[in-house]
Amino acid sequence: MDLHKENNARTGRRSKEEKKVVRKQVKASHTLLKHEGIVTVSQPTKSLVVVNGGLGNGVGREELSAMLKEMGDLEMLVMPPYKPYAFATYRLEESAWKAHKYLNGQRLQCGENSVTLYLSYVNSVTCEEEVSIPLPEGLVLVEDFVSAEEEAQLLAAIDRSSANDEITAQKALKHRKVKHYGFEFRYDNNNVDKDKPLPAGIPEECLPVLERCVKNGHVVIMPDQLTVNQYESGQGIPPHVDTHSAFEDTILSLSLGSKTVMEFRHPDGRLVPVILPGRSLLVMKGESRYLWTHGITPRKFDMVPACDPQFSAHGTNSSLTLSKRGIRTSFTFRKIRHEPCCCAFPSTCDSQGAPSAPSPSLPSRPSLPCCHADAARLEEEYVHQVYDAIASHFSSTRHSPWPRVCHFLSSLPPGGVLVDIGCGNGKYLGVNPEVVAVGCDRSSALVQICAERGFQAFVSDALSVPVRTASCDACISIAVIHHFSTQERRLAAVREVVRLLKPGGRALIYVWAFEQEYNKQKSKYLKDHPENHNLVHNTREDSWEPYGERSTHTNRQYKDEYKPVDNIQDVNKVTDGKLSVHINRTAFSTQDLLVPWHLKDRKTREKGESGEREKKDKSEEKTSLCSAFGFSTKARLDCNPDYRPNCDSSISSGSGLNTNDVTHSPDSNPSSKNDTQTSNSSQGSESESGPLPVFHRYYHVFHQGELEQLCVQVAGVKVQSSYHDQGNWCVILEKD
Amino acid sequence: MKLLTHNMLTSHVKGVIKGFCILFFQATEVKVNEVEFNPEFVSRMIPKLEWCALVQAAELGHRQDLPGELVPDYEKNEEFLKKVHRVLLEVEVIEGCLQCPESGREFPISRGIPNMLLNEDEV
Repeated sequence: MDLHKENNARTGRRSKEEKKVVRKQVKASHTLLKHEGIVTVSQPTKSLVVVNGGLGNGVGREELSAMLKEMGDLEMLVMPPYKPYAFATYRLEESAWKAHKYLNGQRLQCGENSVTLYLSYVNSVTCEEEVSIPLPEGLVLVEDFVSAEEEAQLLAAIDRSSANDEITAQKALKHRKVKHYGFEFRYDNNNVDKDKPLPAGIPEECLPVLERCVKNGHVVIMPDQLTVNQYESGQGIPPHVDTHSAFEDTILSLSLGSKTVMEFRHPDGRLVPVILPGRSLLVMKGESRYLWTHGITPRKFDMVPACDPQFSAHGTNSSLTLSKRGIRTSFTFRKIRHEPCCCAFPSTCDSQGAPSAPSPSLPSRPSLPCCHADAARLEEEYVHQVYDAIASHFSSTRHSPWPRVCHFLSSLPPGGVLVDIGCGNGKYLGVNPEVVAVGCDRSSALVQICAERGFQAFVSDALSVPVRTASCDACISIAVIHHFSTQERRLAAVREVVRLLKPGGRALIYVWAFEQEYNKQKSKYLKDHPENHNLVHNTREDSWEPYGERSTHTNRQYKDEYKPVDNIQDVNKVTDGKLSVHINRTAFSTQDLLVPWHLKDRKTREKGESGEREKKDKSEEKTSLCSAFGFSTKARLDCNPDYRPNCDSSISSGSGLNTNDVTHSPDSNPSSKNDTQTSNSSQGSESESGPLPVFHRYYHVFHQGELEQLCVQVAGVKVQSSYHDQGNWCVILEKD
Repeated sequence: MKLLTHNMLTSHVKGVIKGFCILFFQATEVKVNEVEFNPEFVSRMIPKLEWCALVQAAELGHRQDLPGELVPDYEKNEEFLKKVHRVLLEVEVIEGCLQCPESGREFPISRGIPNMLLNEDEV
């Protein structure tokens, strides 16, 4: 500890460096208040907030705690998950004062990571109780299933057989090493050649373990296939369901070596991280084996409960710390299935018509385009074709207009001309019946829906809109420009919007934000508080209100201050140049990505549509005079892919067990909880509905400030205002 | 497609000067829907129109009763406003096509929807 600063302080003169520390500390407390709602006080108290000393900065509990304990008797150390700060409470105010005096501005080294701490007093420490999440149905974890000796024997057995790759079908996959015994699992068709057993059966060292599994009732029939995976730190396995037709119900997975966190995901979005300690046995049966996907996010650290007994007793988030991953070897024992699977989960069952690999990863993911032609092709396949294919389902899930878009539309003068570029199902065309509204969209299927609703719309590309220059009082571009795959094309799209405006005309542009959590608030569909779910369901359609206004100005300081958070996210970045597939309801890890859309079965779809039709009929009764132009006050249908006030935000919060899923993000699958139930039950009873395909839409999600930067490159227009609205960045432009 | 919408459209084919080009149209199916007359709305719309484009469109839509020149004091001329109302808001082209007079490029109108998509080489 560097304590000689004390001398300077005594002399009453502050060095330049000290002034800098004070300045930074003041800045940090402003940021805390503004973005986290944490109030700091200038009078000494027993508690301190330690900025940059958080799990989100890659700071471990052990290092921070050791440093803080040097200053006195530390009563409590709360490290909220993902946050770039921690709270320390000392038994005595004096110790807190000491910590404040000596640790402020000090650097703390955590592995390769180094952070500068800034401390401020707080009156109270808030720590949320951790919500305990039940394990997926059918999942059992048995700790210490094998002894350390058995672990060593098993690992040695695998090493021995590695001399002969032929007989065990050893392969180095991109993200891990894998070896098969008994039968080879083929990654090309996600199945096994059942009539081609491998020369090497399951090693005999495994037999005592398997016999114990049978004896303890974890499995009924002895497995006949073994897959050994070896993961180095930073490696993982994409979420998947083991092919139903390949293996029987129970799957045993023995973890050896370093512990890791395996994530189980339900199709409804529930996420359950399960810590797999070394020498533990995981038994997957029933729903957990057939319906939930499981995977391991590639990263080097996991957020896990701390072992420090002083803290872990609280049973709160305060007991989290980071665990560095080492080499982990898993033994997966399975029994080959010889009859078609007839489980109760047809949506994920290849024997019952579902695609054989319901994993969100694509067989061949496209790369980010590097030229105009590539970009056009990418958008054709991953935007245009997708919207045409999902149009009806997409439209049936888009009900609620976004309040702030409606506010903009309502502010337009009567008789004004409005063009909605990328109008989707026409949701905004009828919001203000006093204006002439015309929509256009690239998807003829969506435009057809507009026409059926009596709106004026035509099919066109947003880069070339066949509307007279300077003819519009207003243009809106809601959730469109993020579908263009190069900077030039995004700029061209803004330029086209501006071209249509009259001098003095205004445009409103919405794009999806990389930052799904802003000003401490998660966007609507990222929300992970289970108690909100009922509320969300009850506020379907028009009654939806945004929760809380957002500040319209940006804060660079926020970014700078919290930069260390990015270090953790970097670990997850896809580095092969291919676009990554976004996992629904998780935070974005890259700006350019593919977002899955899960098509619902026909029954659900029709239900949704007729629901809308009823609504439309009702509102048509109050059609106004101006409906002359077809813009009656009829059903206002949401056209936005991203903003889903009625979406199912059913997330079991990851409860902070990993550093990846900072928030739970928009699922493209628009099922509300009710929808899910409907569809699940209908799937359960009718299997003829067939496979439900997954489509992938390309998105470029915008960083804070990026949209403004794009717009200022267009001459003759100024950014009137900009804001963040429920996970979107938004600007209002005014033409000179 | 109502003729009011047609009046906002222009050709966007490469090489054609945007903003001045009126699209001709051929209609094989035209529908006339009665729409409640709102003189204020029509008066407000008139200054925003390309008048000669509307007259041309009216002729093509077999509504040949619009004067070639905008009449003075049209706000008070209810008969005139009614005519404009009919052309602008009641006539709908269901099937047909739009044609760029400069390049000759045609854009189909099907089920009331003009498809204005261009090929890559036309942008």
